[in-house]
Amino acid sequence: MDPVISIRPLLAVAVAGLAALAVLFLHKRENVRDLVSPLAAVVMFAIVASMAPTVLSGGTVELRLFEVLPGIDFAFRVDALGMVFATVSSLLWILAAIYSIGYMRHLHEHAQTRFFACFATSLAAAVGGAFAANLFTLVIFYEVLSLVTYPLVYHHEDEAGWAGSRKYLVYLMGASKSVLLAALALTYHIAGSLDFVPGGLLAKANASAALLTVVYFCYLFGFAKAAVMPMHAWLPAAMVAPTPVSALLHAVAVVKMGVFCVLRVVFHVFGTGLIGGLGLGIATAYLVSFTILMASIYALTRDDLKARLAYSTVSQLSYVVLGAVLLSPVAMVGGIIHIAAHAFSKITLFFCAGSIYCASGKRNISDMAGIGRRLPWTMGAFFVASLSMIGVPPTAGFVSKWYLTLGSVQAGEIAFLVVLLASSVLNAAYFLPVSYVAFFGGERPEGLSKVREIPLVTVPLVATALLSVLMGIFPGYFVALAEGVVR
Amino acid sequence: MTFPLLSLIVFLPAAGAAVLLCLRNDDAVRWTALGFTAVDFALAVAMLAAFDTTTHEMQFTERHPWVPAIGITYALGVDGISALFVFLTALLGGICVLASWVAIDRKVKEYMVALLSMQTLMLGVFSALDLFLFYVCWEAMLIPMYLMIGVWGGDGRVYAAFKFFLYTLAGSLLFLIGIIVLYFHGGRTFDILALSAQDLPFDVQSWLFFAFLIAFAVKVPMVPVHTWLPDAHVQAPTAGSIILAGVLLKMGAYGFLRFSLPMLPEASVYYSTLMLALSALAIVYGGLLALAQDDLKKLVAYSSISHMGFVTMGIFALNLRGVEGGILQMFNHGVTTGALFLFVGVIYERTHTRSIAEYGGLMKVAPVYTGFLALFTLSSMALPGTNSFVGELLVLSGGFAANMAVGTAAVLGALLSAAYLLGMYRKVALGPASVGARYQIRDVNVREMAAILPLAVFVLWVGLYPKPFLNVIDASVSHLLTEVHGKESGP
Repeated sequence: MDPVISIRPLLAVAVAGLAALAVLFLHKRENVRDLVSPLAAVVMFAIVASMAPTVLSGGTVELRLFEVLPGIDFAFRVDALGMVFATVSSLLWILAAIYSIGYMRHLHEHAQTRFFACFATSLAAAVGGAFAANLFTLVIFYEVLSLVTYPLVYHHEDEAGWAGSRKYLVYLMGASKSVLLAALALTYHIAGSLDFVPGGLLAKANASAALLTVVYFCYLFGFAKAAVMPMHAWLPAAMVAPTPVSALLHAVAVVKMGVFCVLRVVFHVFGTGLIGGLGLGIATAYLVSFTILMASIYALTRDDLKARLAYSTVSQLSYVVLGAVLLSPVAMVGGIIHIAAHAFSKITLFFCAGSIYCASGKRNISDMAGIGRRLPWTMGAFFVASLSMIGVPPTAGFVSKWYLTLGSVQAGEIAFLVVLLASSVLNAAYFLPVSYVAFFGGERPEGLSKVREIPLVTVPLVATALLSVLMGIFPGYFVALAEGVVR
Repeated sequence: MTFPLLSLIVFLPAAGAAVLLCLRNDDAVRWTALGFTAVDFALAVAMLAAFDTTTHEMQFTERHPWVPAIGITYALGVDGISALFVFLTALLGGICVLASWVAIDRKVKEYMVALLSMQTLMLGVFSALDLFLFYVCWEAMLIPMYLMIGVWGGDGRVYAAFKFFLYTLAGSLLFLIGIIVLYFHGGRTFDILALSAQDLPFDVQSWLFFAFLIAFAVKVPMVPVHTWLPDAHVQAPTAGSIILAGVLLKMGAYGFLRFSLPMLPEASVYYSTLMLALSALAIVYGGLLALAQDDLKKLVAYSSISHMGFVTMGIFALNLRGVEGGILQMFNHGVTTGALFLFVGVIYERTHTRSIAEYGGLMKVAPVYTGFLALFTLSSMALPGTNSFVGELLVLSGGFAANMAVGTAAVLGALLSAAYLLGMYRKVALGPASVGARYQIRDVNVREMAAILPLAVFVLWVGLYPKPFLNVIDASVSHLLTEVHGKESGP
């Protein structure tokens, strides 16, 4: 069917961009300023949702702005894959915007205007990337996202902040200025275009297998936001950021931008046929399986809750890539919907970590004994989200893992079935003790008597926990989109 | 007879210099110089607007006999390649005047006269169609530049000016010998177009190629004849650095495009691998040197060597993307590095230090300054969305097509550029605000903004919509490549 030509993709990006400007403009009127982000988030979500029916029925929404170079346009195209990423990001921004207000105000954080402006711009970049019609447009938004999240990572401007943010930028910029740049130039050299093509831009390319293999791995490691080992170390380093940043950006927008880019490369630059033909699917699958298991083992050893969550994210991101490169349709669906499943659950977990920190000032799991009795909503939500991460029905994580395991069977790769199961055991091993300690650890802990739930922080995290369950029960929307990508 | 627009553009600054000589008041001198450069820029815009992008033929041509006895004519004209650089030179002229507004506080009149004469000579180089006229402008340019560095420069100005003069003069002498050989082999004419149509024997081409190579390599500069550049930049006043980086360095690359490629096509193809290797060397070595600098100006100067390596790499990739990318990078480098030198000048006027180690936390005291500095730093490291990324993508794409190893080395250079530029920015703008305690830093004023904004516009314009710029050069580059590769193989 013909694409729908509409300005809506640009509007969705512009809403968040304008919100950032409005935040800067209103820096002296805090209450009005803080209203801007949730409002913009709702508008953005509405614009994204308005395009969903077209995409669900197999169509696309397109907007070509202008030609940059021969074969390269600055253009948007909303398709099923982009829709998954954009829906998740814009929906969760609404909750994260509310959560941020509660968190930042409760802790009396400095530089809140900069914080909210960068936060809104990050969302503009994430959705812009989701809707990008080619690699050129995509990398512009990809790099904008790296840059505007940088001030969010160094937000505290202390020694840890400078060190963490430095590592963050070195990894992300280093990867994009070396291997990613080479991949882009080589792709342009080989194909004369950077467009996303269903079935693969390079599928019919006249290039040697060796060269294509090099280009493929340049992309895989060049999109360092996907955190495939060894390009993962920036993610734990980014945990020095305020928790709302870790939650929406470093569990959803930024890291999902990374795996989203990898999926774009697999589906629309190389095409699954070429990936299979070059034998790259299984090679990548082994690579990411290593990441899945190693990161889980790292997570086990971390006592700092946010660090544990960060390594868990590294591990879970590789699920998405694994699903795609197993090259069986069911596994691909599993990988794609894991973007949403992981987003809903991991943002909940980070929200909880932030809630605990706001209420009690505690970061380490070993200090959280008995805290569940003071923060029942927070720790209840944490438990629900943990179940989703492990993959217990009826949560979102169960659905995506179900597709992934089924897919690895369908692909005839039993090794990866073992990886998925082992990883689920590891998930349980590093998540369940947190809930156990919080609810059953410690005898009538002293010093926790003043710890109370903070409404503006608790409501969003309960909502995201509910989303994790809802998606487990009604996964239809995301499954339909994912099947649209695979078809 | 048509209106001599090109002559007007070329000689207007010289006329301005003549007017300045009659003035006494320093402010009147400044405003007059600004007025002349602004009008000159407006004329250049008009020229570009009227430029026919569909043909590679020379446009706005003017021909008058000069010394008919030995075939010297006064001939001006621009094709797409030179039109772009006439435009860039005219753009940077006004910015140089603005950059010198308070930095130059003695002998203002003499300084502005030197600056405006320089402007005329540079415009002359880019629009000359007669080799003799070209050479006169090319050589005469050294004098005002020598004076700008030697009189208004820093503490080591005499050494730097002398070194600059010696290096370029040595290169130019070989160029002169080359011109004489060309004159006798090419039918006793100085007409650049006629000489380009000649078919010289390969051994003559080879000798001429190396004579030209040395002359142009000094200007670019290519490693290992680059050592004059950091000294000249560090000692030159801000406007001198902007001219050096923005225009003078382009002349070497322009020389390759105007002389080596069309006049010596077989030699250019034969030695292209050597040139690619030298370019890769410049990219990586320049980047490594930049990484080790503490002086802001030296860092930008060494980064220029690396960036100009991308330009020569694009040119000697000898394919459409490479050459177009190389030319676009010349323009981008003029805009971005010009801006970076401007920024170094702006902060130096306030703190009187260029040592990166002495800065920190500037963002707290000068948010507008550091905001725009971020834009130009990112442009210089070729972040997607900025002007240099488009050029770098084209150059790398062309470079990979020509030679995989050289392309890979260039990618390493790109990584280095991210390292030294982001490192510089982090140390200067971020971190604890140590600088506020020692210096009274004000943010940029209106005059400085007037110099910065036009350059910022070009960073984003070329970065997102480079088509108008590529359209200007497209026909000329296609024609040039057809000439180089011969009619049968095509570009």
